[in-house]
Amino acid sequence: MTPDTAPPLIEVEQARLRFGAVKALDGATLHIRPGECVGLVGHNGAGKSTIVNVINGALTPDEGTLRAEGAPVERYGIKAAHALGVRCVFQELSLCPNLTVIENTRIVHRELGSGRGLGWRSTARRIIERSLDEIFPGHGIDSRATVGSLSIAQRQMAEIAMAFSDAGAPPRLVILDEPTSSLDATLAGQLLAQVRRFVDAGGSVIFISHILHEILSTSDRVVVMKDGNVVAERPAGGFTADSLFEAMGSVAKPENAAQARRDLSSAPVLLEQRGRGLPFRAHRGELVGLTGLSGHGQTEMLLELYRQRSGDWLPLRDPAVAFVAGDRRVNGIFHLWSILENFAVASLGDLTRRGLVNDSAVADKGDGWKRRIEIRTQDMNNPILSLSGGNQQKVLFARALATRAPVVLMDDPMRGVDVGTKREVYQILREEAAGERTFVWYSTETEEVCLCDRVYVFREGEIVAELVGEEINEANILAASFQGEAA
Amino acid sequence: MTHAAKLLQKPWIWAYLAAILVWILTVSVTGGSSAIGLTHAAFTFASFAVIVGTGQMLVITLGPGNIDLSVPATMTLAGTVALKVMAVDNTMILPGLLIAIGIGIAVGSANYALIKLLRIPPIIATLCMSFLVQSTAIWTNRGLRVKPPPALAEFATSSPLGIPNVALVALLITLGAWVLLERSLYGRWITAIGQSMAAARMAGIPVDGARALTYVICAVLASVAGYLLASFSGGAALNMGAEYLLMSIAVVVIGGTSVAGGYSNVPGIWGASLFMFLVVSMLNTYGLGAGFRMIMTGVIIIAVILLASRRQTSSP
Repeated sequence: MTPDTAPPLIEVEQARLRFGAVKALDGATLHIRPGECVGLVGHNGAGKSTIVNVINGALTPDEGTLRAEGAPVERYGIKAAHALGVRCVFQELSLCPNLTVIENTRIVHRELGSGRGLGWRSTARRIIERSLDEIFPGHGIDSRATVGSLSIAQRQMAEIAMAFSDAGAPPRLVILDEPTSSLDATLAGQLLAQVRRFVDAGGSVIFISHILHEILSTSDRVVVMKDGNVVAERPAGGFTADSLFEAMGSVAKPENAAQARRDLSSAPVLLEQRGRGLPFRAHRGELVGLTGLSGHGQTEMLLELYRQRSGDWLPLRDPAVAFVAGDRRVNGIFHLWSILENFAVASLGDLTRRGLVNDSAVADKGDGWKRRIEIRTQDMNNPILSLSGGNQQKVLFARALATRAPVVLMDDPMRGVDVGTKREVYQILREEAAGERTFVWYSTETEEVCLCDRVYVFREGEIVAELVGEEINEANILAASFQGEAA
Repeated sequence: MTHAAKLLQKPWIWAYLAAILVWILTVSVTGGSSAIGLTHAAFTFASFAVIVGTGQMLVITLGPGNIDLSVPATMTLAGTVALKVMAVDNTMILPGLLIAIGIGIAVGSANYALIKLLRIPPIIATLCMSFLVQSTAIWTNRGLRVKPPPALAEFATSSPLGIPNVALVALLITLGAWVLLERSLYGRWITAIGQSMAAARMAGIPVDGARALTYVICAVLASVAGYLLASFSGGAALNMGAEYLLMSIAVVVIGGTSVAGGYSNVPGIWGASLFMFLVVSMLNTYGLGAGFRMIMTGVIIIAVILLASRRQTSSP
């Protein structure tokens, strides 16, 4: 790459950042020069948001250096970033809903408070309205309205206008994290035009989007992240949509993905659900995967499937479905209870005599599953919290598998589970599926999705694609989750 | 670990130790002459608190926010209506009891209906219900004080086995509650719900059914306590339940049940109920006024909650 005459605005060098056992950043390096738009792409959890938060000062990396305009910075933080001219537009809107657009402008621009005294309202109004008019001509937003009364698109527009507005400290680097997700085509076009104007005037933009043609048409340079690292970096012209897919999913195929997939379309249908998008169906003995970007309706669908098939007022004599939680603390474990009590709670109906719990039957069943799934504890009567996260997760698996339910729903249960445990659980899943049990498995990890017989891809709350057999691979999943059409 | 040390680990032990301490303090002032009388009175009056408190304990076990404030009104209504129906007639004792239980079932169901249908917090729902129930009691009673049937009054006030009859009834009820909590499927359900309602739902527990049943049991126990209390004190009074609002919550908390839900303690209810009665007697013996007694009661409850929370954080 040709060196520019001006030093880069921001340089993040070899940044490493861990959250517990998760490596959010693993030696990522990113330079942002004045007058360029950098497109940032990658799968969920690739580290895009983390590196952006390092640049805006919200997170401090454990290792690595940060330089602003060529000079190393010692005490970097949100204030320092703001003074440097870093502005952010987030996916989750960050304006205060109970305040007006003008009042929000005052909060973002601290400079408005000093020296201007009581007159800040009119100044703030002038600043934000000028910015809105410039970016979204004919926007129709009353800047005196509270943010909460605006539509989601108007809120996003106000937020974008806020980031590009100038109240004394001019914006020099604007970070746009999925800014077009709630804008229609016209507004998105206006925003992209603004990005180009801003960049041509010497500003910098980091542009994060899952809509790849926006990235390719708007950015000067595209950076691909994976597993907390930058895996590819080229001028935008050096990528096509296809080669960008490949760069994002350049993981070597795991060996166990090569297992024979079974065609069970002739087996009886156990679950059926119609909603928006394609219908959902699960056959007996099938491993059905749910995938797509996280938070696009997979968990909601699992909860819905569960609620419709379980009793809220009376227990069912024959349980129809069992559930394995992914978010253990929210809907998984009972923290005051022992391992055994946590394990047995879902199958107690079968372990009672005249309404009283049969302790020896519970203990026998617990011991059997302890051996089968190798829960690492001396005594099943130890508190559940004495186990590691992975072993707690195994208890939740055992809880669901120990029921007589013919269908097991799994809500991304392998989050934060170590590789060894995963292997053991995959093995058990395969045995159980061979024994005619049906699994509906939401996973954010492609490796796991590739273990399934059939896969549904979700996008914006609906099923947009169904992949069967050999079609199940990372490229197809990515294509469907980003563009909404099966490859 | 020695037996004594193991015993000290039990969350209910403190309520008993405190009760014994207060008993000694009181008896020592009166020179030992009152020992038997005081003990007898303590068991009699504690019984009502035990019955009401057991129901409240089941509700509190359901987790944060779950409480039944309609307990005093339910006691009053059940006592009033039952005595009116029995009309000083010995043959009507059993129908009277059944009517009291029926009132409990109705109030409990209505409580949960309000919580569920209107989606209002239990503390508000049961408070609203308490006004409705209390008004109904005023309306039925019209200021009349009906005497209990003689046989029932005799039963409620005597102690042929050396232990007051009401204490025996309360003992049976707590034994039943213990079996229910520790051994039954329902007990597992409500302790699971108390720890995490979402997790309980996803483990296949019928959350609404179990919660509704709990509110019904609580109201039924309050009704039974009202029925016995009215019979014991020679007739129902409109304010007879008043002191059992704070009392029912206090005995649950002092008895070692977790205010945060998911963990309950039946033996502690007895220790705490005896303790609460004995504290009042002690302050009376020392000649302190009603106002000071109430302040002391509040201080003691706060102190116990503080101690209890420290115990829980210090032991893993």
